[in-house]
Amino acid sequence: MAEATSTRPMLQVRDLHAHYGESHVLHGVSFQVEQGQVVTLLGRNGAGKTTTMRAIMGVVPKRTGSVSSSGQELIRLPRHEIPRLGIGYVPEERGIFSSLTVMENLMLPPVVRPGGMTIAQIYELFPNLKGRDSTRGTRLSGGEQQMLAIARILRTGANLILLDEPTEGLAPTLIQQIGKAIVALKQLGFTILLVEQNFRFASTIADCHYVMEEGRIVDRIANDELSQNMGKLHGYLGV
Amino acid sequence: MTAIKSPMLSTQAGQQASTAPKSRLVMPLLMITGLALALVAPFVLYPIFLMKLLCFALFACAFNLLIGYAGLLSFGHAAFFGGAAYVTAHAAKVWGWPPELALVAGTLFAAALGFLMGSLAIRRQGIYFAMITLALAQMIAFLAVQMPFTGGEDGVQAVPRGMLLGLIDLNNPLSMYFFVLSIFLFGFIVIWRTVHSPFGQVLKAIRENEPRAISLGYRTAQYKLLAFVVSAALAGLAGGTKALVFQLASLTDVAWQMSGEVVLMTLLGGLGTLFGPVVGAGMIVALEHFLSETEFPITVASGILFIVCVLLFRRGVVGEIRHHMSARRGAESTDVA
Amino acid sequence: MFESIGISPQELFGQVLVGLINGSFYAILSLGLAIIFGLLNVINFAHGAFYMLGAFVAWLLLQQADVGYWWALFLAPLAIGLLGAVLERTLLRRLYQVDHLYGLLLTLGFALILEGSFVYKFGSSGNPYPVPELLRGGQDLGFMYLPNYRAWVVIASLTLCIGTWFAIERTRMGAYLRAATENPTLVENFGINVPVMITATFALGVALAGLAGVLAAPIYQVNATMGSNLIITVFAVVVIGGMGSILGSVITGVSLGLLEGVTKVFYPEASNIVIFVAMAIVLLVKPAGLFGQEH
Repeated sequence: MAEATSTRPMLQVRDLHAHYGESHVLHGVSFQVEQGQVVTLLGRNGAGKTTTMRAIMGVVPKRTGSVSSSGQELIRLPRHEIPRLGIGYVPEERGIFSSLTVMENLMLPPVVRPGGMTIAQIYELFPNLKGRDSTRGTRLSGGEQQMLAIARILRTGANLILLDEPTEGLAPTLIQQIGKAIVALKQLGFTILLVEQNFRFASTIADCHYVMEEGRIVDRIANDELSQNMGKLHGYLGV
Repeated sequence: MTAIKSPMLSTQAGQQASTAPKSRLVMPLLMITGLALALVAPFVLYPIFLMKLLCFALFACAFNLLIGYAGLLSFGHAAFFGGAAYVTAHAAKVWGWPPELALVAGTLFAAALGFLMGSLAIRRQGIYFAMITLALAQMIAFLAVQMPFTGGEDGVQAVPRGMLLGLIDLNNPLSMYFFVLSIFLFGFIVIWRTVHSPFGQVLKAIRENEPRAISLGYRTAQYKLLAFVVSAALAGLAGGTKALVFQLASLTDVAWQMSGEVVLMTLLGGLGTLFGPVVGAGMIVALEHFLSETEFPITVASGILFIVCVLLFRRGVVGEIRHHMSARRGAESTDVA
Repeated sequence: MFESIGISPQELFGQVLVGLINGSFYAILSLGLAIIFGLLNVINFAHGAFYMLGAFVAWLLLQQADVGYWWALFLAPLAIGLLGAVLERTLLRRLYQVDHLYGLLLTLGFALILEGSFVYKFGSSGNPYPVPELLRGGQDLGFMYLPNYRAWVVIASLTLCIGTWFAIERTRMGAYLRAATENPTLVENFGINVPVMITATFALGVALAGLAGVLAAPIYQVNATMGSNLIITVFAVVVIGGMGSILGSVITGVSLGLLEGVTKVFYPEASNIVIFVAMAIVLLVKPAGLFGQEH
């Protein structure tokens, strides 16, 4: 799993251990994401992919090891300062607030870096969100909520985006739309860490894949080597 | 708005009793010692003080049945304690009933009131349950101020202790003491048997995870209501006894501060332990006695104790002792998890 | 019509006004309770004590420093808000990880200490607080006499409630609060300092109670126990209305105050328990509360 380390990877996770109460859920997770890359964490349910994201964002309180972004160590930071390093989080549950309108949801995360998208640019990327300003956030469909969850991060200027299962539970057309949006983001230079169970979708956009099993990284597969490793991958994912 | 979690206050009721032969002796030994002390105590300390202690100990144990084992925080137990005090006092003084019947009257009243209050309160969970019990008890307190038979600010005074079973003159402090001690032991045994019965097990299951208990087919509302009624009845027994001991029933017995006090006693002694409330009641009664000599206001002392217990001492005295004993046992044992 | 019931219009509308005033205080206090509860998941038993503290600060400012009502309206909430911030930051915060009922018990501790100290220092009898000169006198409306000060209290309370509603429902800060009430962790994941927001919310909530205390001082007399009986009634109000909406809290508070006032006219003995009876009825018919969402 060793790879040439560039001087300042966008995200570097080294020997990350995490605990939920008594249970040890992450065991020495290590990987990195270079600037402009799209990297996926693949694995079955319960492999620890979402837990890894939560550990990076500080949602899991008991962590040891190192998580750094562009050289800055995240582990000792108070939870609310992590995003201010330019890290945007789109959680698995999407987290659209029911007591806020669409526009309030969109405007909620504060701007953390200059260069965030304008509302107009966001509507270009996600036309479904246009004209829904005063609708209750949770009245949107699942796919629209997913778009909103991504859109509100784009406004903040975050350049490292953690996307947890963006296509879960969505119809194929919506998966396509979201996929197109993520590709567009990649072309715009965003760095993306993606958690996905749907590796077919992941393979269309990612540069490389880390496979997780039982709270550990067990393999790393570059995207261009994916076709040769299908058998191995099926084994990991239990497909 | 975020959901309220069900009140699973930390208790030690779930701890398994150790099967090591040494500690199997500890409990019975402690209890025999305690009983012996209780028999000897009135010759050493003032009987009135001891009787007060026993009444509040029973009150706290009754309260603990609800919070420690069913996980329901009632803030209105003064209604049962004080209400039964009034009924017992009235029965003894105005109707001339013998003490045992007057106590039965008070206890039944408390049980009935517990049924009514419980039926209403159980419709909500957690913090709402606590607020409802507080509000309903406040209503009782207001009624107590207004209704003629309670005697308003003066209360019911000069309550006759009477002749127990027509034979024993309870005006004799020793006789009264042993009567009160028997009542306490009776109440304590009722609670003990309840906790260790199948009914008690279901209560604990409800406390740990009510949705699961419901899915297993238990009519949890009925269980909770029954626990509430038993708790109320025993609190009433304690209140009626207190009315006979002090020969007085007054508004302080139904005030919300009294409800708060029993919470403090139980918290201090140890929620969900059998002996915790007894210890807590003892400590608070002793503290009150001590403070009454000084100028320091008891309310402030209670407040400080609440804050200290809640922040630093949630297990309470007995809880901490049990925790340390099991920690030591765990450290001594050879098998490591 | 009034003659047939045997009640004069002055009596009826006089009590209605009293009910409206009481209701205004129920509304302000239940509003503060609901806001604190929404974000902190703690029922602030000390809310009544902070209300009492507000009245006392106003009284003491006048007594000791000759500082008048209008300054007190500003200084008392400020002082109480600060006290609330300190208590939240140092003590209450430690209990967020454990069962929420411990928070209730901690605030009960605050209430006992506050009330106990004040009873000890000042006794339990009331101290009168003069109506500010600007608001003395009243208007003869024919069917009733409307004291200026009471009209002011109603207007001020209404303004406070509307202002609070606006701040929460229509501003950016309010959006932060609503979001953090729903999912505080995610709001932190966006970079918003939720712990500070929590402290500020508690401080503002109790400052609101303190402000109500200043408003109450000229009407109810300043005494150390004025908070504890009030807070228990407010608990009943909260159970009846639910804590789901600001509008709901306000409507419930005012309505129950009016109910109390009207009951006083026709059936005085029941007036101080009518709210509890209403609570019992609501629990039988709609347990989640009139405006509440079932948790």
